[in-house]
Amino acid sequence: MITLTGVTKTFGKNRVLRGVDLTIPSGQSMVIIGGSGTGKSVLLKCILGLVRHDAGTITLDGQDVTTADRDAFLARFGMLFQGGALFDSLRVWENVAFRLMRGPTKRPKAEARQIAIEKLRRVGLKPETADLFPAELSGGMQKRVGLARAIAAEPEIIFFDEPTTGLDPIMAGVINDLIREIVTEMGATAMTITHDMSSVRAIADRVAMLHDGVIQWTGPVADMDATPDPYVQQFIHGRAEGPIAAVR
Amino acid sequence: MTALTAPLAAIGRPVLSALAAIGRVALFALQVVSHLFRPPFYPREFLHALMQIGWFSLPVVGLTAVFTGGALALQIYSGGARFNAESVVPSIVAIGMVRELGPVLGGLMVAARVASSIAAEIGTMKVTEQIDALVTLSTNPVKYLAVPRVLAATLAVPMLVGVGDAIGIAGGWLVGVNRLGFNSATYLQNTVDFLESWDVVSGLWKGAAFGFIVALMGCYHGMNSGRGAQGVGAATKSAVVGASVLILATNYILTELFFSA
Repeated sequence: MITLTGVTKTFGKNRVLRGVDLTIPSGQSMVIIGGSGTGKSVLLKCILGLVRHDAGTITLDGQDVTTADRDAFLARFGMLFQGGALFDSLRVWENVAFRLMRGPTKRPKAEARQIAIEKLRRVGLKPETADLFPAELSGGMQKRVGLARAIAAEPEIIFFDEPTTGLDPIMAGVINDLIREIVTEMGATAMTITHDMSSVRAIADRVAMLHDGVIQWTGPVADMDATPDPYVQQFIHGRAEGPIAAVR
Repeated sequence: MTALTAPLAAIGRPVLSALAAIGRVALFALQVVSHLFRPPFYPREFLHALMQIGWFSLPVVGLTAVFTGGALALQIYSGGARFNAESVVPSIVAIGMVRELGPVLGGLMVAARVASSIAAEIGTMKVTEQIDALVTLSTNPVKYLAVPRVLAATLAVPMLVGVGDAIGIAGGWLVGVNRLGFNSATYLQNTVDFLESWDVVSGLWKGAAFGFIVALMGCYHGMNSGRGAQGVGAATKSAVVGASVLILATNYILTELFFSA
């Protein structure tokens, strides 16, 4: 279980997170929604330690993430980045097997390649893709490779940062379904950041809305449409009128 | 009071900022050096960097050396003629190349070619979140990206300097024999007679220092690149300018250390 209590983060004069309280139960898929620039990605990076939060605590299964053994902590995570973040200089299979070929769980090269091809197949890519370079792939294929890399070491927790951004609606649907299937199949805890409502409905068990640096509302996805919370209603219906300023 | 202190503040701010930047680079250098001796090691990345920095820089360093050696021979001949000292051309070309021009011009050419390429590559990795991805994959970006490049450059640039020295001397010999009328055997004999091993070795040490500086500045500015194309462009420019200035400053310090009486 991931627990955030009073997490704050400021960049210069910009107070991005103003006291975030959130609990992500084990085995659940939590989706964080919110407008652009509201600090969703910063929140995710604070949990991973890519950005150090100013105040508050973040714990994973009761242990403070800032004092946890870094390698052991990160070994429990997989992450799909917004742009894929594939390593240009490595072939597709080497990207997918990156963690498998390094560190304490290092596997022989042939075995790592075999696992990578299996994961590529799991995300709907043919084995021939394995020997290509990321620059030779379309945006949707790059996202799938990123997804294969995120699940390659079978992590307990998977983060998805804007998994459908830049994809056409059909490919976005494919990625959403894949995420839902994989999370259910692996029994992983998932945290997804998105402002794509079709992703929210496809992926989420629970939803949290981040606005003005705090969690405005959180609850099961089934309650989202019925909640009277004006922030959630404005956001999910995409209205210009409401408590969220259209120009931020 | 404000009017009195304002000029001091205007001087102090950039001085403090410069000192802070020097401190950050020094800490980064310490971090890189400390990782040189601790596993995991990345031999594949090291060999790739060695090829990129060493082998592929050979044409530009060689061309720089051959033209510099030739021009040096012409200059020394015409300057030496004022004192009837034309015969010193072979020895001065050799000493000038191996002690100063080989390492400094080689270092500057590598700075232009390699520091820019490293800064642009790592800067692009930063803005496309590839460095964050490395962290999430339990890989230290300094160890994986900076250490192999810095080690490769520190080893490759002295080799480039050695090759550049030989090519530069050959350039001087070509001009000396074909343009200035020197006897080929005498020219080569004078070169060998006047050159001491420390002349060559000191130049190679300089090359190692310049290689370290070039890769360090490329990696530092790449990893601290700002956002977007403009950020990567600025990082690339800062890497080349920083490496070039540091090479020239370090060259003076090393020359003082090696040759002051």
